[in-house]
Amino acid sequence: MSVVTPAAPETSAPPAAAPGRFVAIGRRVMRKPLGAASVVYLVLLVAACAAASLIAPYGPLAQDLTAVDQGPSAAHLFGTDSLGRDLLSRLLFGGQATLLGVAEAVIVTTVLGVSMGVLSGYVGGWLDRVLARVADVLMSLPSIIILLAVLVLFDQSMLAAMVTFGVLGSTAMFRVVRGVALGLREELYVAAARVCGLSHRRIITRHVLSRAQGPIIVQISLFASVALVVQTGLSYLGLGIQPPAPSWGGMIADAQQVLIGDPWQLVPPGVIVALTVLAFGLLGDSVRDALQEHRAGRGISKAVFREVPSTSSAEDRSTQPSDPDTVLAIRDLTITTTSGPEPRNIVTSMDLDLRQGEILGIVGETGCGKSVTMLAALGLLPSGLAVTSGRVWLSGQEIALGDARHLAGLRGSQIGMVFQEPIPSLDPAFRVGSQLAEVVRAHTSLSRRAARDRVLELLRQVSLTDPAAVAARYPHQLSGGMAQRVAIAIALAGGPRVLIADEPTTALDVSVQAEILDLLRELNSAAGMSIVLVTHDWGVVADICDRAAVLYAGEIVELAPVADLWNRPRHPYTADLMAANPYFAPPGQALRTIPGRVPEPGQRPSGCRYEPRCAVSSPDCAESAVPLTLAGPGAGAFRCRHSERIPHQARSTT
Amino acid sequence: MIRLVARRLLLSIPLVFIVSVLTFILEAIVPGDPAREIAGANATQAEYQQIRHILGLNLPLWDQYGHWLAGAIRGNLGTSIFSGQQVVTELNVMAPVTLSLMAGVFVVCSTLGVLLGVLGARKEGASGRIIDAVSMLGLSLPAFWVAVVLIGIFAVNLKLFPATGFTPLTVSPAGWLRSLVLPVVALALGGVTGVAKQTRESMREVLDRPFIRSLRAAGVSERSIIWKHALKNAAPPALTVLGLVLVSALAGSVFVESVFVLPGLGSAAVQATEQHDLPVIEGIALYFTLITIVINLAVDVAYGWLNPKVRVA
Repeated sequence: MSVVTPAAPETSAPPAAAPGRFVAIGRRVMRKPLGAASVVYLVLLVAACAAASLIAPYGPLAQDLTAVDQGPSAAHLFGTDSLGRDLLSRLLFGGQATLLGVAEAVIVTTVLGVSMGVLSGYVGGWLDRVLARVADVLMSLPSIIILLAVLVLFDQSMLAAMVTFGVLGSTAMFRVVRGVALGLREELYVAAARVCGLSHRRIITRHVLSRAQGPIIVQISLFASVALVVQTGLSYLGLGIQPPAPSWGGMIADAQQVLIGDPWQLVPPGVIVALTVLAFGLLGDSVRDALQEHRAGRGISKAVFREVPSTSSAEDRSTQPSDPDTVLAIRDLTITTTSGPEPRNIVTSMDLDLRQGEILGIVGETGCGKSVTMLAALGLLPSGLAVTSGRVWLSGQEIALGDARHLAGLRGSQIGMVFQEPIPSLDPAFRVGSQLAEVVRAHTSLSRRAARDRVLELLRQVSLTDPAAVAARYPHQLSGGMAQRVAIAIALAGGPRVLIADEPTTALDVSVQAEILDLLRELNSAAGMSIVLVTHDWGVVADICDRAAVLYAGEIVELAPVADLWNRPRHPYTADLMAANPYFAPPGQALRTIPGRVPEPGQRPSGCRYEPRCAVSSPDCAESAVPLTLAGPGAGAFRCRHSERIPHQARSTT
Repeated sequence: MIRLVARRLLLSIPLVFIVSVLTFILEAIVPGDPAREIAGANATQAEYQQIRHILGLNLPLWDQYGHWLAGAIRGNLGTSIFSGQQVVTELNVMAPVTLSLMAGVFVVCSTLGVLLGVLGARKEGASGRIIDAVSMLGLSLPAFWVAVVLIGIFAVNLKLFPATGFTPLTVSPAGWLRSLVLPVVALALGGVTGVAKQTRESMREVLDRPFIRSLRAAGVSERSIIWKHALKNAAPPALTVLGLVLVSALAGSVFVESVFVLPGLGSAAVQATEQHDLPVIEGIALYFTLITIVINLAVDVAYGWLNPKVRVA
């Protein structure tokens, strides 16, 4: 018997014309099997109870002492009670009182809750404060005791009890409607002023009520189920409706008397009460879901980050990289969507090496597969994505990409990762020191005290001036720059040799960006950390990277030392990206943009993927996929057949 | 934290006051004259007047309330019209029964509800939908019906637990536990599913947040991520529901105590209503309000512990 008030719904939906919206939501509800079943059940139930005197096989009080305590039979579909009264007939007649009681409570709660809610939210000011306080008090009253008192006061009148219950329960409705009205108030004043002459009544009916009608229906159905339980509960206690008048609660009480001899009698009233409560609840849920769909348009599924066991295909063409300087080697990595109608390759056949002690930049527009490649190496692909082929080596040891446990063991201790949004990347519920200490202890066997010292040492290592003070803070008490340092300290806590930084400065202020980059550079030079830096900012690449890989539409289009990329781009995309960046653009000229956009994974050209956007393409570019060409020994690689056509642009080195 | 508790307590004083006034007014206009009923049909007018005088019924209503309030502040809620006993004495005997029930509901809902919610958050598809269906059923079955069914199965047929009655903890701890099992199950069924549903929803939401991925990337164990980090962040909404569940279980105790014939505040309320026993009803309303205030206060305190942003603010 829990009464769970739903949270006030969001009020961001645009106001829609009332009837259209209502019909649309109604259609969505009826399209859901459970929603439709609930509606049909409730309609049938109400109709059957209303027509009880026509369709019930016996009168509600008709006794047949020759047929007492009988189970279901042809004469008595649901059996009989200890006075030989037909249970089906009593259910139908009893339903009248029960449903009437529910209707009374619902009407009172709706009228009172909606009108007070509109008034409170729309008028605002002191009225709103007073009404909200009254609602608070009503909410805290021991409602059931008050109902008992009312039953005495009004001489066992169920009407009085249910009306009182409607009043006491109207606080939930009040809150829902008030929330909607409050959200609309500001906009409405503007609108009302602009369209001067629109009366308050029209504003309220057209805007507030049309937007609130969904939440109101949800609230009505939830409240109806609670009112039903209360009504049957009171009649079970013999209050409000006295025997022998039929009621669902009273039938349960009768059944209890013959519990030992004929337990069956408990079933019909129990099932009908449960089914009706269930129908109200499911109806509310369906309306709520329909409202959300109505708002969101058609289903947008959220990406859920969790480990996805990935499989590597047997026919890998790759072999272990021979260069002992390579700390992270990715070969033939393909990442594919697993949800949706057909699998699409997000990243295709990616090869990438990170050398010991270098800072490798990974550049490209959004949607090119930069972050996903790195997440795959850590086994942290969002659900809906999986590695379908490829192998990864870390310090010469192959990573079992399909083994979630193996990957979990590497994270933090072999590879650390830092993400774009520093504050949301920290657990808001724990102090910085406690989070950091947990990571330290997950990777070492340090005692609590020793871990505490190590925490302070790590915080000092990321150049936080007062480590003890920072350790005592919660994430929301940190600035973005401090939070990113903490995030880096957490990534370093397990002593990894490789650090992946996924746009670590994008969310930060410009002045702080430089500090974080300095910190990364220092980690690289002082601690010999090998770093992969995912970014879309050429300034960052030019600032601290040794080499950079340019990604386009799921593959590497160019990989070269930064100076080479800079002076002599060998792929038109590299050149265009740089030209579109204020960092490199020639002064005094309008900033160039690249026409078109990165193709979606399912719509990539079969030839050169950049061809549709390329300024120097020729018909042969679209014919077949372009292989990666080596620029020369140790000079990098590129994926273009016509790199000589790229306009040579002299750049000033900083 | 202390300031938070103090402020909450201060805010609840007017509430207690309002409840006492409301119940007093409601009960005072109840038809039926307790003095007449006590005196009996054969009493003389003088005897009747004397009883009215003893009960204070000859005073104006607001004087009656003033007397009652002055007494209440000193811990005297008057005497029961029927038993003639001090209301406080009577209710203090009954309160442990109701509080035992509430404690049981709290333990069951907070452990089982959270456990099911966390497990549900990690399962998707068919098993998630089965949990959904079961929880809808749990929310739909009225507690008093479940109580009768439980008596039928576990008390009458299997004879595992007593069908009715209450054994105080001080008499026999084992007997106390046995007498509580069925009422607590009946009362907690809806609450467990409510807590489980909310826990599952907020766990799902929290598991989508960036810091979960960061913790995984840092090598924190999956067990710690789920049971420590995600759960602590997901707990506040579940805690709100737990508070609502406990408050509504308090209301449900009126029915469930009646089914199991437990001598608690709930069944006493039904009895006192039938007997027009004004002081007892008033006392129970006050006890219920106080219990509700304590529940809400505990929720607030726990909220502050779980959510540092609330605590600091």
